[in-house]
Parts: sequence; C-alpha cells; structure tokens
Amino acid sequence: MERIVPAETHVAIGHEADIVTARQKGRELAAEVGFTGSELTLIATAISEMARNIVVYAQRGEVVLSSVHDQGRRGVLIVARDDGPGIPNIDLAMQDGYSTTRSLGLGLPGVRRLMDDFEISSQVGRGTIVTMRKWVR
Amino acid sequence: MPVPVLKQGDVLIASVQAALSDADLLELRDELTAKVGRFRARGVIVDVTALDVMDSFATRMLRGLAHTIKLRGADTVIVGIQPDVAFAMVQLGLGLDEIKTALDLEEGLALLRPAHGTNRAG
Repeated sequence: MERIVPAETHVAIGHEADIVTARQKGRELAAEVGFTGSELTLIATAISEMARNIVVYAQRGEVVLSSVHDQGRRGVLIVARDDGPGIPNIDLAMQDGYSTTRSLGLGLPGVRRLMDDFEISSQVGRGTIVTMRKWVR
Repeated sequence: MPVPVLKQGDVLIASVQAALSDADLLELRDELTAKVGRFRARGVIVDVTALDVMDSFATRMLRGLAHTIKLRGADTVIVGIQPDVAFAMVQLGLGLDEIKTALDLEEGLALLRPAHGTNRAG
C-alpha cells in the first residue's frame, strides 16, 4: 500500500520563542519517522541551532520539516531558509571555531556533525538556505 | 515560564521545568544573582533534568550564569544533564568549561556541602 506522504511542516521563525516550537515539531516528526533516543535529541539540537542562526543573523525566516524516503531509507529533511544578509565566505563559516557574532557558539560545523547530509547555499544580500538530512539507521 | 527558585540552607536551587526560552534563562541569571545577595547563599544548583536540548545559546548562558554567581561569591553546580543531551553537546562541540556538574540534585548538594563549613572530619 502506498504511504501517504505527509505534508511539509513550516515553522515561521521571527522570535526566539519560535526556536523552541521548531525543535519540538522537529522532534515529533523525527519520532514519527522512526528515530529514537539520542538521535531525536541530535535532530532537535540541530534544528535549535539553525533556527537560532536565523533569529540572530536574519531576524526572520522559516524552518521546513518533512520526512524523506530514498532507496528504502527513511529520514528527515530539514530546510532552514532566510532572506537575511547571507554569508560572504561559506568556507570560512564552515571552519570550526569561526563565528561572526558572539551570540553564536559553534554554528555550522557543529550542526554538520549532528546530521548525515548538510548543504548550504548563500548569496550576500539575498539570504541563506541550509538543507540537512538524517537517516534512520 | 519562570523558573522556581527554592532555598535549602545556604544553597539556592533552581529547577528548570521545561523547554527554556532565552528570556527565561536571562531572567534566571538575574534572579539568582540578586538572590545570592539577599539570602547570603554560598551555593547555587541549577537542575536541568527537564531540558530537552542544550544548544550553544543555553550552554553559553549557563556558563555566564555560573561565572556571574562566582563573582558574587557563590559556587554553581549544574545537575541533571540527560545522557542524550550530553551526547548532543559533545557532537556539537559544546562544553561547560570549568563549571561544576553533578549527576542529580542529591549529588549536587553533596558537592557543595563540604565547602560550606559543616564540620566534617577527613
């Protein structure tokens, strides 16, 4: 029987309270997909960091959560998107210990370690899109 | 949601009840910093058992809280970091530096007690 593919969950990010909402919804979705225990916390933590990036750097944006299927694998797809200032040097931003504001701890390299796939595209003056996936083992 | 703060002897105990907002954490820091003076507390325990996530902001805020309390003359112990949360913090590269941690409230109180003038042989 064909599974009904659940719709994407959009969480608008504009205030720090939205960070908590995004990670709670992400945890719920990840549990539905089949993640358990510490992996739920890893996913929720990654969402928390990315939603915080939006609040700190871009002020507003959104986190889009959905389940994904690929060659028998199941996982979650998390897209964090904003129309903020963008990242001038992505290679630099992906280096451990690099951060442009003190309000951010480790940022992108840390989040990449929490997830299986991590892609980032950014245009100065246009915004940033981070696409992350994690697969159920 | 504000964090309730209890007083037991010369120790203040703050039990974080749920997913903590940034504003709650800042409020907690300010409240504990003031109460250390008001109650002449020697130790502060922050119980984070209920926290589902400790991201970079929460971690930095707890570090800042502990440093502020230290400057006010009291020690801080963070207790109850859950196994999954600890694992995620390590993956993310977050630590609490020299801030004291303990397994739970009981261990946290035990950690603070010997330093606070109770007559304990040995």
